[in-house]
Amino acid sequence: MGKITLHQVRKSFGEVDVIPGIDLTIEDGEFVVFVGPSGCGKSTLLRLIAGLEDTTAGTMQIDGREATHLPPAQRGLAMVFQSYALYPHMTVRKNIAFPLKMAGMTAAEQEAKVQHAAKILNLTNYLDRRPGQLSGGQRQRVAIGRAIVREPAAFLFDEPLSNLDAALRVTMRQEISELHQSLKTTMIYVTHDQVEAMTMADKIVVLNAGRVEQVGSPLDLYHSPRNLFVAGFIGSPKMNLITGAEAAKYNCTTLGVRPEHIRVGEGPWQGVVGLSEHLGSDSFIKVEVDGIGTINVRASGEIGVHHGDPIKLSPDMDKLHRFDGEGLALK
Amino acid sequence: MATQSSRKAARAMLSPTVILLLVWMIVPLAMTLWFSLQRYNLLYPDRTGFNDFGNYTRFVLSPAFGGAVVNTLVLVVGVLAITVILGILIALLIDQPIWGQGIVRILVISPFFIMPPVAALIWKNMFMNPTNGLFAEAAKFIGLSPYDFLGNAPLASIILIVAWQWLPFATLILLTALQSLSSEELEAAEMDGAGPVSRFWYIMLPHLARAITVVVLIQTIFLLGIFGEILVTTNGGPGTSSTTLPYLIYKEALLDFDVGTAAAGGVVAVILANIVAFFLMRAIGKNLDA
Amino acid sequence: MARHVTTQRRAINSAAAWTVALMLFFPILWTVLTSFKPEAQAVASPPIFLGFDWTLQNYVDVNEQRDYFRYFVNSVIIALGSTALGLVLAIPAAWSMAFVPGRKTKDLLMWMLSTKMMPAVGVLVPIYLLFKTLGLLDTRVGLVVVLTLMNLPIIVWMLYTYFKEIPGEILEAARMDGATLKSEILYVLTPMAVPGIASTVLLNIILAWNEAFWTINLTVTDAAPLTKFISGFSSPQGLFYAKLSAASTMAIAPILIMGWFSQKQLVRGLTFGAVK
Repeated sequence: MGKITLHQVRKSFGEVDVIPGIDLTIEDGEFVVFVGPSGCGKSTLLRLIAGLEDTTAGTMQIDGREATHLPPAQRGLAMVFQSYALYPHMTVRKNIAFPLKMAGMTAAEQEAKVQHAAKILNLTNYLDRRPGQLSGGQRQRVAIGRAIVREPAAFLFDEPLSNLDAALRVTMRQEISELHQSLKTTMIYVTHDQVEAMTMADKIVVLNAGRVEQVGSPLDLYHSPRNLFVAGFIGSPKMNLITGAEAAKYNCTTLGVRPEHIRVGEGPWQGVVGLSEHLGSDSFIKVEVDGIGTINVRASGEIGVHHGDPIKLSPDMDKLHRFDGEGLALK
Repeated sequence: MATQSSRKAARAMLSPTVILLLVWMIVPLAMTLWFSLQRYNLLYPDRTGFNDFGNYTRFVLSPAFGGAVVNTLVLVVGVLAITVILGILIALLIDQPIWGQGIVRILVISPFFIMPPVAALIWKNMFMNPTNGLFAEAAKFIGLSPYDFLGNAPLASIILIVAWQWLPFATLILLTALQSLSSEELEAAEMDGAGPVSRFWYIMLPHLARAITVVVLIQTIFLLGIFGEILVTTNGGPGTSSTTLPYLIYKEALLDFDVGTAAAGGVVAVILANIVAFFLMRAIGKNLDA
Repeated sequence: MARHVTTQRRAINSAAAWTVALMLFFPILWTVLTSFKPEAQAVASPPIFLGFDWTLQNYVDVNEQRDYFRYFVNSVIIALGSTALGLVLAIPAAWSMAFVPGRKTKDLLMWMLSTKMMPAVGVLVPIYLLFKTLGLLDTRVGLVVVLTLMNLPIIVWMLYTYFKEIPGEILEAARMDGATLKSEILYVLTPMAVPGIASTVLLNIILAWNEAFWTINLTVTDAAPLTKFISGFSSPQGLFYAKLSAASTMAIAPILIMGWFSQKQLVRGLTFGAVK
């Protein structure tokens, strides 16, 4: 139903190539996340798929159908915007029914579908309110409801959680994931937050400067980042990237070690504790290591080290990442 | 959000307005240009044919022309100065906590609703008339002899009338702008040791810049064409002391029936208006993020 | 500014503000009062403020001289007609400029405004002849057309500044929801811009009602609105202050009352984008 294929899709604004040329296949029913730093072209790519921007070159198929030049309304896609883009002058009911009204459905059909969507999204009691009277999470649900009723080939989400507070973001994240499991419709989700990407995606597309850096499942990206950019972008706290003599010992230009893959106690690296954050479940320590520089360490549980303590570290030998001079991973 | 189809739609939806305004501008202008090169006087219908630039030289070299240009500029600049300065002062006053702010606003805005001929008639007859006007009565009351405003200071009197009509507009735009200034910004300035004058000069005035720009632009558009007030009050006199460019053209066309010269005057006025427009847009256009 | 002030300070400010407001309003008040005076008392020296013999005779006389109602109807038709026509033209144009801006959008807007700077008197003769040829002289249709064109740049500018405040995402959402351009403008943009459209309509009605150049010069009797009605009193009837005041009051009262009742909406919108 919702397979989307991009062939050499290019987008330039005047002289500037925002997307120099992308090939990408999104399988039916997949939850795909576009992730990358701001300005990497992820939102532009989503808008190209939506039809809100013209492609400069290349072709696009949606559902096996040529869609490169179709207007947004005819692509059979639904989109949830960052600002939710609810119609402020309409009630929740009318907001959700709007796409159905545009499709020319009868009032009875509209009402049935609205009721159904409202039940799924727990909005039944709010149908007569206006968006202005709703909380952020409820607005988010209305936006999703408006997307659901169209029964689209795919859902497009443009940073939908970025306007919510931290706690609500976790809840909504789970709700969207559950929605995907029950609807089994293709979803394309844009975010700059790699935690959202890791937790929700079947497949992550890491974008940087309009180019695809790597495509793969969350754990693929975590365990075998293809290059330095992906290595630095996926994972929190960030992977430690070590250059110079220490990297040379391992036959590479840059040596990558994730903070959670460093053990405290004995080991070859000696240093002094700088900042230490104790969360109870985890401890985050910044260590000034002799001859290497600052290394971030994540230890699980509580360890009793504080600012100024001498400390020894050992990296997990089988979880090292080695990169060559071009920044590509070495096997 | 610009796809090819939306750009195409935008062009299609913009074009009726653009085309109509273009026609509205070009057709009369072309006709005026044509007339301006003709001998065309309604009093002498037998004299016709091309007059080359005779009408232009007649209009531009007529003794009233220079004075009319100066009068026009004095009128526009005078009204702008009065409305902007008084507008800021009144806006600052109304913005203070006062009793009955709603009614005060209604009273202040009222002159904006008055049609120009009514305003001119009221001021001319009931206020500035040297025998029966209220100003004359007031002068008599304090023992002075009445002053003939429209006879002795015609341009200043017209400026006063027009400024009265436009002051509400300036005041209300400036007041709205002033109310959008966050009190935190002012309080921060106060904490930084800024007195009332510095607060006005460094915080409020820059905040009002856009509003002042809009007031100047809109009013200039309307003030350049001021005509009815002059017709009703002074007829451009005494002599030509309150004759502006629009009024001079009117005099040629409808009093002297010299359509050719009036048309030449129209072309000259259009050129001058465009020069003013050009400099105005240059000077303040960037203040509007249009 | 929600700052605390002493009652004394507030009293001083209030007194000053009321003095200024009453001074600005006084000419209108005086005109209305004079319209109820017998002609002899209207020119009394010293002037009588309230203690005169109140009468409606002036209104009766003025209405006998000229059929007020006919002028009034023409004013209403011309003001409403030109406003409606202006909106129909300006809403799509403002949509284009606000949501599909190009490099020339600002220049285009400035050009539109500059067409208003041309002195009307300069093109009076050609327009007059054109109207004569087309049979539009002294017709309401002719005046509606002229006033629409006169005020179109202002309407476009005002609507443009309101539309720009509306997030483009909402219109994109409508497009994703399958709305055609027509439904997008009709069901989404226009309802959202109602406050802005309302103040545009109000300003345009005021400008059209008070337009006194074309309405006077292009009409004789049939289509003559209240501006023409009052211009008949410029002289020598101007010497009859009470009748002049009555006629003035009749000409300005409808728009003045409308303005008072709608001043909140009008003022809120009357900023041309000057207030962010």
